[in-house]
Amino acid sequence: MRFSRRSCAVALLLALAGAAGAAGAAGAATMTYKVLLLEPADDPRLERSVVERAYLGHATGPAFDGLDVAVKEAQFELDAAGVAVTLERQAVADAAAARDAASRAQKAGVSAIVADLPDDALLAAADATPLPVLDVGAAADRLREGDCRARVLHLLPSERMRADALAQTLVARRWSSVLLLAGPSALDAQRSAVAQAAIKRYGLKLLQVKPFKLSADPRERDLANPLLLTGTASTGSYDVVWVVDSDGEFARSLPYRTALPRPVVGDAGLVALAWAAQFERFGAPQVSRRFARAAGRAMTANDWAAWMAGKAIAAAAVAAPKGPATALAKALPALELDGSKGTPLTFRAWDGQLRQPMLLTDGQGVIALAPADGVLHPKNNLDTLGADAPEKLCKARP
Amino acid sequence: MLDFAYRAAAVATACLVAVPVLAQGVAFVSSEKDHALTVIDLKTLAVTGTVPTCKRPRHMQLTPDAKQLMVACGESNAADVIDLATRKSVRRLPLGDDPEAFDLSPDGKTLYVTNEDDGELSMIDVASGKVLRKVPVGKEPEGVKVSPDGATVWVTSEVANLVHVIDTASGKVTKNVAVGKRPRRFALTPDGTQLWVTNELSASVTVLSTKDYSVVDTLKFQVKGMRDTDITPVGITMSRDGKRAFVALGRANHVAFVDVAARKVGELVLVGKRAWNVALDKAETRLYVCNGLSDDLTVIDVAAAKPLKTIAVGRVPYMAVIVE
Repeated sequence: MRFSRRSCAVALLLALAGAAGAAGAAGAATMTYKVLLLEPADDPRLERSVVERAYLGHATGPAFDGLDVAVKEAQFELDAAGVAVTLERQAVADAAAARDAASRAQKAGVSAIVADLPDDALLAAADATPLPVLDVGAAADRLREGDCRARVLHLLPSERMRADALAQTLVARRWSSVLLLAGPSALDAQRSAVAQAAIKRYGLKLLQVKPFKLSADPRERDLANPLLLTGTASTGSYDVVWVVDSDGEFARSLPYRTALPRPVVGDAGLVALAWAAQFERFGAPQVSRRFARAAGRAMTANDWAAWMAGKAIAAAAVAAPKGPATALAKALPALELDGSKGTPLTFRAWDGQLRQPMLLTDGQGVIALAPADGVLHPKNNLDTLGADAPEKLCKARP
Repeated sequence: MLDFAYRAAAVATACLVAVPVLAQGVAFVSSEKDHALTVIDLKTLAVTGTVPTCKRPRHMQLTPDAKQLMVACGESNAADVIDLATRKSVRRLPLGDDPEAFDLSPDGKTLYVTNEDDGELSMIDVASGKVLRKVPVGKEPEGVKVSPDGATVWVTSEVANLVHVIDTASGKVTKNVAVGKRPRRFALTPDGTQLWVTNELSASVTVLSTKDYSVVDTLKFQVKGMRDTDITPVGITMSRDGKRAFVALGRANHVAFVDVAARKVGELVLVGKRAWNVALDKAETRLYVCNGLSDDLTVIDVAAAKPLKTIAVGRVPYMAVIVE
């Protein structure tokens, strides 16, 4: 299985090299920007049993797919500008391997790194290179706040952006009292704190936070049984159940199993995501279709982030067609991008996060968009999602 | 009886004031989600019926003899050819995958259609339905317009942010012109010297010289109380004398009247949600605006720059064609 994937990658590289060669022959000395994708070796997110479940908000395939689609579909624009982009990929086993790979990249002629890595590996890679790093796989807010880096750009929305989008939607629906169920992992604890902050920020009423656990042990049924967890004895009536479950298995089983007939939101039911393959507006169906045709699967939020990274790199290459290799780094943060979400997308100067509308989806369609109608901001309504400039949470950036 | 009284009153008023030219005819409105065209009587401004058509009808155009209406259907991969006398479909012309917009050569023999999914312009022989040629262009090509002499076809690519200049004889892209973000639709000045291109994500129109494709000007739209990002111009049309352009501002829910010579934006007329495509009647006294997100069509009195009436039509109206 792994063998076939690797040989497939080699074939792709060869094909790309061939295409670059042909373009070079046609248009004399073409500037070529080399891009390196760092991805986890033996990615646990992409184990077959996990991918098959396709929980909302989880990756279902490698980031290379989106990246590749974006660069290929920019071919016409790149050719017109007389510039080329080539993609390489390298699997890294841990943070140390990510650091090694990143530290060698510039010497190898790489102009930008795309990282689909866990938090620590992403930071290790970013600290080992002067190159721009485009994060397409890490949503943790600390990477945009206390642990932010000056040259890291985040294409994937942060957890806080997702939580804000959901909170805005609840406000718009006037579903104001929330029962929060949070899972047992450290990541769940982090994300539960982010959800609670959003609930507070938007003036929703948090009735109670209850821990849950996946278990069939009758002695733990208070923690595991959806009916008991959502009973009203301690909370009274609630409008929604917000579930924080990074693993996904518990959340998947929660809708339609609550004690009161109320919607589930968060990691199941209604979920705030960067993308949904069923999105119908702003040319989105074409994007999803092109991706599905190329990758053989539906386009997820992670795929959209990788696709956006490819689009950003292509747009930066077109903006700096003559090089040098470092010109890409300069062009990237100033870009105005079209992500087929109806509005031009730009990077926030204060944390490198790509501003973007969020899609509220139940996995079957897009129910709502955030920012919700009527949620306003003095400068850009998209900045109601995620950390805003006056908070000054990222010290590594001006 | 009432109708008669109303008419008499109308005639009486008309005699007192200037005589208004009441258009005789109908407007056909394509609705993306209805697979049908809504028919509106221009005199009463009321819906008089629908014409069933192919799946997801969007762009429409009359044949040069004005006897047939061609309707591009994104999900049927074909154009429906509707006979205007009978209002019945007489033929389906295959247009390739996901056709959005098209234009006809001045002689009506060749159809140029953009295929969004494949990133191609297809040249189709109307008589035989055969694909004469496919020209690869940037992804999500949309607007397509043929020059009056038929020698050139212009295509916008929403992804590449380019206008492609294509020689119709050789099928070669002779020039790629960088314009604003997400370029959509064209209007050509009647003297043929300027090509106007709407940029959906730049809140602007790029004015290109058709001589050397230099950018003559970029017109920015502003609407009080709205940000740049809320202004998404798509549809555009020009008066026959080339003095005025009408640009639908999409999400800004307004239509802008533009002085073409001065290149100045004048009146802004409030219409329905997501104003998409615009069409003038023959007398150029009324402008018909399709509002994609409020499922209606606004009729604007051009002289007064005021909306006259808003008419509920089908789901997600795309454009109107006026037949007088």
